[in-house]
Amino acid sequence: MSDPILSIRGLRKAYASGTEALKAVDLDIRRGEIFALLGPNGAGKTTLISIVCGLVTASGGEVLVDGKNWQTHYREVRRRIGLVPQELTTDAFEPVISTVSFSRELFGKPRDPAKIEEILRTLTLWDKRKTIMKELSGGMKRRVMIAKALAHEPDILFLDEPTAGVDVELRKDMWNMVRRLREQGVTIILTTHYIEEAEEMADRVGVIAKGELILVEDKAALMQKLGRKILHLQLVEPLAAVPSALAPWQPQLSEDGATLTYEFDAKADRTGIPSLLAALRDEGITFKDLDTKQSSLEDIFVDLIQQQRQEAAE
Amino acid sequence: MNWRGIWAIYRFEMHRFRRTLWTGLAVPVITTSLYFIVFGSAIGSRMTEIGGVPYGSFIVPGLMLLSVFTESIFNASFGIHMPRFTGTIYEILSAPMSAFETVLGYVGAAASKAMIVALVIFATAHLFVPVSVLHPLLALLFLLLVTLTFCMFGFIIGIWAKGFEQLQVIPLLVVTPLTFLGGSFYSIEMLAEPWRTITLFNPVVYLVNGFRWTFFGTADVAFGTALAATAAFAGACLLGIWWIFRTGYRLKA
Ligand SMILES: Nc1ncnc2c1ncn2[C@@H]1O[C@H](COP(=O)(O)OP(=O)(O)O)[C@@H](O)[C@H]1O
Ligand SMILES: [Mg+2]
Repeated sequence: MSDPILSIRGLRKAYASGTEALKAVDLDIRRGEIFALLGPNGAGKTTLISIVCGLVTASGGEVLVDGKNWQTHYREVRRRIGLVPQELTTDAFEPVISTVSFSRELFGKPRDPAKIEEILRTLTLWDKRKTIMKELSGGMKRRVMIAKALAHEPDILFLDEPTAGVDVELRKDMWNMVRRLREQGVTIILTTHYIEEAEEMADRVGVIAKGELILVEDKAALMQKLGRKILHLQLVEPLAAVPSALAPWQPQLSEDGATLTYEFDAKADRTGIPSLLAALRDEGITFKDLDTKQSSLEDIFVDLIQQQRQEAAE
Repeated sequence: MNWRGIWAIYRFEMHRFRRTLWTGLAVPVITTSLYFIVFGSAIGSRMTEIGGVPYGSFIVPGLMLLSVFTESIFNASFGIHMPRFTGTIYEILSAPMSAFETVLGYVGAAASKAMIVALVIFATAHLFVPVSVLHPLLALLFLLLVTLTFCMFGFIIGIWAKGFEQLQVIPLLVVTPLTFLGGSFYSIEMLAEPWRTITLFNPVVYLVNGFRWTFFGTADVAFGTALAATAAFAGACLLGIWWIFRTGYRLKA
């Protein structure tokens, strides 16, 4: 890839406890993209971000921001990075506006009340600017943490599980804000364990499990690749058994005979759904409702890893 | 240098002190007054002079240092321990701040407050006894050196401590006893052997006598020796802090 804004090379981390949280991760982040790091709990997402931001020491490898090493050029590099950590941590007795201004100055930027006001207004915090942190709700605290990360106008923003425990309204606000920031040219790296979130927001997705980056893909390509889906059919009349005419699709009948489920490969050209529905009609089986669900992230990881092993073996 | 970052930490800390300004200043004033009533009046009525200095005046430098020790250690250790405890340290660690700059912010603020308290005690002392300072500039510089040293020491304790009770252990179990046994309120010349020789191993003796010399021009140890001992302690603390940031000890996983 030409000219990545952030380059991670062979990054490894073994904690003192012996946990191997990262196993030689290589990753390039494109300038101006929204990159989602998708993985289950304990995959190493927070560890990766923490190493880049200087909170955790790496056991090996390096990080480059525009070609500059993140340790030897830490001042230049850190000035450009904003971090919203996973945990809500705030100074209980500080008013919102002071804690946000503090962040700006800590990063070496001159005071700029107009800028701080703009940030607080965007995050609908302006009315609460004089409230002390411990009197804010969890969602509001999350907003303040975002404001703090944006206070020094970084051009790379890390959001570690930004929507964990966040209500619908804030989630919507947050996605709007992320899109606006991207329009302004900010590169955004977020972590999540929800496929839907990666799907909704990201330009590219990296899948990480057990400290290994399994694959990095454009979102569209990945979503096609990702996993299996399940079709549920709520039948009008319960069935006693699966009719033999439906056998080619291997559907499962629920115990009460009222739900038929069919598992299909969402990435296949032919999902088998139209033909299944036609067969149902021919059998005179009517249904009152249907829905399809993504299989769980864990299932998908297992699939992906098996797929990789097979490819490696071939 | 990220001066803005240093200044931000400094102001944050000073703001924290301002929230408890009145108790923060009332405590040293009241304790100093109590010391004068107990030591000055009760003991001082029997022991009128030490080395030509009225007893009440004699104890002023020791009283100031006693507070400087506890204030410096407490403010600096609490200042860095709190963000470690709440997790807000993430922001300091991710900021474009060198270790030196971070320490300057925390230690600078803790030292400012300790110096203010020392000066308040000095002023309070005037209400009870006549105090004049023979070498005011040297006194101020020496006080500053001691304050900075103990703030660095406090910073180390704040990093080392695993909980809030551990913050209290060193000041209460080591520093306060050493201060009382280190000739803060008496001359070690008054001790019988072997106690006199044993006392010379107490570092506080050098700090108190160095400071006392700047007041009265006489003390139990030479000013040069006192200065060298203080500088050695300061150097040891600097080394400790350098090591902490180099290894990330209790700061980074
Ligand atoms: N400070 C730490 N000390 C020891 N092990 C840790 C520490 N932080 C994380 N781990 C371990 O490292 C692995 C990756 O954790 P983490 O990076 O937090 O994953 P994620 O953010 O993807 O949930 C987990 O097994 C976790 O238990
Ligand atoms: Mg995490």
